[in-house]
Amino acid sequence: MVYLTRKAEFSASHFYHNPKFSAEENQRIFGKCNNPNGHGHNYVLEVTVAGEVDERTGFVIDLKWLKDLMNREVIDGLDHRHLNKEVPEFRDKIPTTENLAIAIWNRLAGKLDGAKLHRVRVYETDDLFVDVYGEA
Amino acid sequence: MKAHLTRRYRFSASHRLHSPHFTDQQNSEIYGKCNHPFGHGHNYKVEVTVSGHPDPETGMVCSLSDLDGFVERTIMPCFQLSNLNELDAFRNRVPTTENLSRELFHLFSGQFRLAKVEKIRIEETMMNSFEYAGGRELEEQ
Repeated sequence: MVYLTRKAEFSASHFYHNPKFSAEENQRIFGKCNNPNGHGHNYVLEVTVAGEVDERTGFVIDLKWLKDLMNREVIDGLDHRHLNKEVPEFRDKIPTTENLAIAIWNRLAGKLDGAKLHRVRVYETDDLFVDVYGEA
Repeated sequence: MKAHLTRRYRFSASHRLHSPHFTDQQNSEIYGKCNHPFGHGHNYKVEVTVSGHPDPETGMVCSLSDLDGFVERTIMPCFQLSNLNELDAFRNRVPTTENLSRELFHLFSGQFRLAKVEKIRIEETMMNSFEYAGGRELEEQ
């Protein structure tokens, strides 16, 4: 098994707010992230695919094909967008990095043309990232 | 779906690698520059990985301010600008980054209760890093 990772970047804004909480609770739980005008990040996405090397091509997966898939399924819909207001997964869900990584996993799972999606990693900053492996 | 959240912290500390199990000559051969008598320092980068299902109300595996607060209260006072050899944990153990990874894993997993502590990863310099997950194999990740 060989693991291949492709990286992509997107920039987006978001804020954290749960309408079930009072204004004070939102402020206490989410702090600066609760500002309704939002703030932004340069997110870095890493998609890791696992598979055997094809004897004829030497590839685990065609990188150009993977890049196009990531652009089509993920980047085009997230780059330079407001996650709360423009991305359907976050209509009723808080756009934390955890939920963002899960949403990206769900967008890519089952679309890898036979290869196995091993890990989705999303960096919100250099000092904070989330990994998902599709574990229930 | 389960998510693994990793947060990175930094501290600077000095250490000297010297084991009482060896002669001075052997220590010098085994540890090289790291055995110089007055020690030396590093800017350590520590990554702690915690896991769990994001809370449906907050979207978080655990609150970052809780994790940061724990590190600020429990980890940093011991380690920031310290001499590792002076710490109880290294009184009878050489303060290699292997042993530092194990010590930090035990501190986090023993005292941080708000999420499952999966792994500690430490960069001692840009050129080397160490990971410890309580003895668990890491090859699948």
